[in-house]
Amino acid sequence: MKSRTKERLVWTVISILVLVYALFPVASILATSFKEPSDLTSGKFLPTNWSSVNYQEILVGDAQELFLSSLWNSIGISLIATFIAVVLATLCAYAIARLDFPGKKLILTTALAVSIFPVISIVTPLFNLWRNIGLYDTWPGLIIPYLSLTLPISIWTLAAFFRQIPWELEQAAQVDGATTWQAFRKAIVPLAAPGVFTTAIIAFFIAWNDFVYGISLTSTEAARPVPAALAFFTGASQFEAPVGAISAAAIIVTIPIVLLVLLFQRQIVSGLTQGAVKG
Amino acid sequence: MSTSVKTARPQTAQKPAPQFSDRVKAERRLGWLLAGPAFVVMLAVTAYPILQAVFDSLFNYRLTAPDEREFIGLGNYATILTDEVWWRDLGVTLLITVVTVVVELILGFALALVMHKALKSVRGLLRTAILVPYGIITVVSAFAWFYAFDINSGFINNWFDWVPGIDPDLNWFAQGGTSLFVIMASEIWKTTPFISLLLLAGLAQVPDELTEAAEVDGATWWERMSRVILPNMKAAIMVAVLFRALDAFRIFDNVFIMTNGAFGTEVLSLLAYRTSISRLEIGLGSAVSVLLFICVLLICFIAIKLFKVDLAGARGGK
Repeated sequence: MKSRTKERLVWTVISILVLVYALFPVASILATSFKEPSDLTSGKFLPTNWSSVNYQEILVGDAQELFLSSLWNSIGISLIATFIAVVLATLCAYAIARLDFPGKKLILTTALAVSIFPVISIVTPLFNLWRNIGLYDTWPGLIIPYLSLTLPISIWTLAAFFRQIPWELEQAAQVDGATTWQAFRKAIVPLAAPGVFTTAIIAFFIAWNDFVYGISLTSTEAARPVPAALAFFTGASQFEAPVGAISAAAIIVTIPIVLLVLLFQRQIVSGLTQGAVKG
Repeated sequence: MSTSVKTARPQTAQKPAPQFSDRVKAERRLGWLLAGPAFVVMLAVTAYPILQAVFDSLFNYRLTAPDEREFIGLGNYATILTDEVWWRDLGVTLLITVVTVVVELILGFALALVMHKALKSVRGLLRTAILVPYGIITVVSAFAWFYAFDINSGFINNWFDWVPGIDPDLNWFAQGGTSLFVIMASEIWKTTPFISLLLLAGLAQVPDELTEAAEVDGATWWERMSRVILPNMKAAIMVAVLFRALDAFRIFDNVFIMTNGAFGTEVLSLLAYRTSISRLEIGLGSAVSVLLFICVLLICFIAIKLFKVDLAGARGGK
């Protein structure tokens, strides 16, 4: 009885430590986002007066156009890049997990090589090429390079998921006269959907996080995503640092991340660990 | 990858090609039909640009004067490698890589142990909390840490003025050492969850019977850790370290936001960005990019040859 109480206490302390570690920087920028401009230099963690003035500035005020257009760019570009990567990776991972064909190892090795590729190394040639062929500062101009980030991890994660699916179902369908393609569509897709969905979340995180492509391959509100826009935010006047507005914008783009994590914590953990080490 | 064994059969048979049944041929065709597009896209978005970068790096080529483009062979590489900026940036990048990976390995292992042992009631909560830094945008993390330490908007100086060396007038971002400290803190905070999840997967692979047997035999916690658990998850640790090292070597976002390379905090990625995108020196910038790529290959090579890290084996299993 006594040792159980002690164990409880230890775990409570550990949990609090982990929570502080994980959430403190978020709490810090959250508190900053509610400070009034005059309060920003108070040297205190919490605002003296809680104010929504920063959120007003980026949502309905002066910085509205800048922030909302970049938010729209980020959502659109990340979702499309995620969608394309997941569709291609689903087909690819199915073939790797299920079919017998030469070159499987080559494909997996290529995915691994692409995932460790230094992004900045391909920015220079893309920057030059995109300017010549008119993809600079456009949505496709970011979606295409984003595939280099989202596709490899999607292939690895999905291949790991697909290896755990009971494939007898597919064989049963084939025995019943279905073609390989029909067996894939009717018997496997419903089983594979959770893995595909988890992969999509992980790929979305990665696309949503991009900064290097975002600042290098865009120049205006036409395609600039939020992380890049934050770096180029300027204050209401040139003497006023845009600390409050940036903090508010940072909190808004963190909300979807926190929601996805809260809803799908279990799936994300299993996806990340399975993609890394076969579970 | 249990099925890969089958694909290892020799592909160029000396004798007349074996007669594959239509079923086998159809399966092979379908295999490439399904996997081919992803493969081609991956090559198109990386192999092509890096080859273009190799080509461009041989020219003196500025976008500000495109007509003066001329072939100079390895001239750009000579320019870079004889410039102390490259070596300084390489040093800073390596310093950040080594420090962050070491700290993250220790911190990540502690977090992995906590998640592994956690009571059911708090397990979900802990994992959710840990995934927040993983999912958060690096730029947001950089701003959060920057504002907390900044001399104007920060509160760290106030909170920690009892620590020797910290006082309200300390400007963290006015010199290299303190800037690097905050940059690395942000990087460590954001990426430790990833390494701890990889280690958690490794921990889960250590057979419980082994640790229990050791416990029955009277092994202390430290003995169980160093003799049973760590040796059994060596592969997972190696992979985690290599992946994080390669990732840390590409560090860009945190440095760009906090100092933009001022006070000797410039890293290689930032040098490449500054040369190509800011100064429009495509030839020189391409050469920096290619050198950076070679560095990454070198790290991989060393890890795989010297430390025998089996990436494909641990990622996906055999």
